[in-house]
Amino acid sequence: MNLNLYVWRQKGPNAAGKLQQMQAKNISPDMSFLEMIDEVNEDLVREGKEPIAFDHDCREGICGTCSQVINGIPHGPQERTTVCQLHMRKFRDGDSIYIEPWRAKAFPLIKDLIVDRSALDRIIQAGGYTSCHTGGVPDANAILIPKPDADVAMDAAECIGCGACVAACPNGSAMLFTSAKVTQLASLPQGRAEAARRVCVMTEAMLNEGFGNCSNHYECQAACPKGIKVSFIAKLNREFIKAHMS
Amino acid sequence: MILDGKCPSGPLAQKWDNHRQDMKLVNPANKRKYRIIVVGTGLAGASAAASLGELGYNVDAFCYQDSSRRAHSIAAQGGINAAKNYPNDGDSIFRLFYDTIKGGDFRSREANVYRLAQVSNSIIDQCVAQGVPFARDYAGYLDNRSFGGAQVARTFYARGQTGQQLLLGAYSALSRQVKAGTVKVHTRTEMLDLVVVDGEAKGITVRDLVTGQVGCYAADAVCLCTGGYVNVYYLSTNAQGCNVTANYRAYKKGAFFANPCYTQIHPTCIPVSGEHQSKLTLMSESLRNDGRVWVPLKKGDKRPPHEIPENDRDYYLERKYPSFGNLAPRDISSRAAKEACDDGRGVGPGGFGVYLDFSDAIKRLGDDKIRERYGNLFEMYERITDENAYKQPMRIYPALHYAMGGLWVDYNLQSNLPGLFVLGEANFSDHGANRLGASALMQGLADGYFVIPYTIANYLAMTRPGAVTTNHPEFDKSRQDIENQIKKLLSINGRKTAKEFHRELGKVMWEHVGMERSEQSLKRAIEIIPGIREEFWKNVRVTGSGAELNQELERAGRIADFLEFGELLARDALNRNESCGGHFRVEFQMPDGEAKRDDENFSYVAAWEFKGVDQTPEIHKEPLVFENVHLGIRSYK
Repeated sequence: MNLNLYVWRQKGPNAAGKLQQMQAKNISPDMSFLEMIDEVNEDLVREGKEPIAFDHDCREGICGTCSQVINGIPHGPQERTTVCQLHMRKFRDGDSIYIEPWRAKAFPLIKDLIVDRSALDRIIQAGGYTSCHTGGVPDANAILIPKPDADVAMDAAECIGCGACVAACPNGSAMLFTSAKVTQLASLPQGRAEAARRVCVMTEAMLNEGFGNCSNHYECQAACPKGIKVSFIAKLNREFIKAHMS
Repeated sequence: MILDGKCPSGPLAQKWDNHRQDMKLVNPANKRKYRIIVVGTGLAGASAAASLGELGYNVDAFCYQDSSRRAHSIAAQGGINAAKNYPNDGDSIFRLFYDTIKGGDFRSREANVYRLAQVSNSIIDQCVAQGVPFARDYAGYLDNRSFGGAQVARTFYARGQTGQQLLLGAYSALSRQVKAGTVKVHTRTEMLDLVVVDGEAKGITVRDLVTGQVGCYAADAVCLCTGGYVNVYYLSTNAQGCNVTANYRAYKKGAFFANPCYTQIHPTCIPVSGEHQSKLTLMSESLRNDGRVWVPLKKGDKRPPHEIPENDRDYYLERKYPSFGNLAPRDISSRAAKEACDDGRGVGPGGFGVYLDFSDAIKRLGDDKIRERYGNLFEMYERITDENAYKQPMRIYPALHYAMGGLWVDYNLQSNLPGLFVLGEANFSDHGANRLGASALMQGLADGYFVIPYTIANYLAMTRPGAVTTNHPEFDKSRQDIENQIKKLLSINGRKTAKEFHRELGKVMWEHVGMERSEQSLKRAIEIIPGIREEFWKNVRVTGSGAELNQELERAGRIADFLEFGELLARDALNRNESCGGHFRVEFQMPDGEAKRDDENFSYVAAWEFKGVDQTPEIHKEPLVFENVHLGIRSYK
């Protein structure tokens, strides 16, 4: 198939960016979306032109590195699928495809489709952990965890930290991301000891980084490739209120 | 030179305890005077950096990714082994040790493997304390499963995302130390050289991948936790960025590279769909617990799978290995699949695939149970192939997956260069010639949480902190070398992309140094690779400049190293005139096609010393001594 691409090109954080039109020719429907860009890039390099810079690594939907807005949707049209797992059979011959970077105040652009998501790391650094030491912890089966609680924790822990929730949110909010970590740890006995402090410092870090607040659009849930649910945001709010009432 | 693995003396079970008593400690007040560099933030790197930071050392951690949460450990699906024996099914530290030694085809060091089995239990405790949501039963206890050839259920898992959960656990511990100010993480920063001063590792040279700036960091010790090298085959299950550069540059600075020919091919990957393929996706081996592997009995049988009656199917693993069946070890399953396809009985486009069929399990357990166990894997399979594995068998084929070989280290995880420690997949030490399923995660975390904190202290206690700074001329020299290489890559301005060279190299490696190797094929590879290398340095095209984010430049640098390393791998395979584990030489096989080891002549670690790019490297041997296990024939019949 042949496709008409409009790709966001921007030399650097302070340069002006624009959508550049280019062609992707002889694309197999079995290619992944990133393999399609690989092909385009190979041609650009052969012509001595700069290839499109984009983040990617594992290409199996788990590392959370890939980050493109495709036709206005973070990670593209297929539900619960990262860009790297999206395949060209989801498009038709002759389609026009718009490819843009994550856009949010807290994600400054580095080049083309690459943005700086280190703000998410700083939210975790603020308190997204249990403060256990290496060694000196009890036997793993000393703490019983009811299966439903363990399942909720696991559901929340599936977050890959890609930032699609932020890119999808009209408010550039990282509430879904933050709430996933808060929920994971608050659902487990090991995480309860610091639950109140954790929700406070993580939320504060989130606001300091320039992420907006949740405004109940639920776009984050729709864009999340891992099915992280907005009910975790409710859990975050509940933990937050509890922390301030006690 | 005969290498000494420095294994402690005494009975196997007491070696590590005794050694810990014998090693020197660094006084708590002195720890903050030492600086340690950790390269890589996967399971080994993140756990090491977090643990060392917590002890009070100053740690600089580096990763090429945009966050320390993204290293490829994250993609491990199946699980992590430990000798907890929670199911009361006969497991023990000795049994885990024995299985690992046997699985590695008796090519690993007894003392290291025993220590690994010993600390395995602490890893599970640690991860649970961090909040890793392992699978649990309805009573709230941890659940276990049997995995990849083990006859006990010793594998802990978190759905199909165990690697992700363990890495996020280590990442959270690391994040806590970043907050505490003991660790500084340098993301989007790639190590390009090891700086050696008076024979000891004292720093690294890196390139900031955003600004392009080349800079140096000095430290009292360097830990490489930089993963494996199987992307030398171009197509593998590794992430796109996985590379050999950090390890290879250390090798060029004098560190020995051990057993590079031990590469693991994973039997259950999604088959190649065309030339455009950029990577291969692994489907967790746990699928083999419930899936049955088969191909049509007759050559060229093109009927769709559901139209092929039972009598016309060959469940070849069950037929050849009745006691292990579909759970036969990775190398055995992989070769059997290739054999079936080479015999013209492969399925799918191109004929390079075999079926992994769940219909019996679905009949027995129902869709829901299968969905609960493997739902995310079935979804992933459908996304890639557009096929529904609940309705039709999966198609799988072996792919390169893991490197058992790596930089040579002694029992303390220290390379032959003092001050250089190597952890996780990047070292060679624990898996011998073949790694068992669910053991990579175990080793990465064992090295990082529970081994390096002790052994590095022993080295540091004998070192004056801060003795070398980046003012030392070796740093300047290293920086200039790297800058010159970058300039050279950018100035060639040839006609082929770096990726084209990578693909070309990968083809040679797969064809001649792949699942089956022969003297002839290896000699052929050693003949062809220098030619590709030569052309690369004359005809590669790298666009852009060095002073900016430039992914083509990053790629070209890594491929330049693969083009040298591939030859080393082939040389090691040629030297090893035996078949063992992941290294299969067609000349050395039993009448039934099983690997034929030669314990008399090859029970050693081959550690290679760099002698120059177009020079033959020098081999050093570390004899493997087995005092506690009998070297049996690894039979899985």
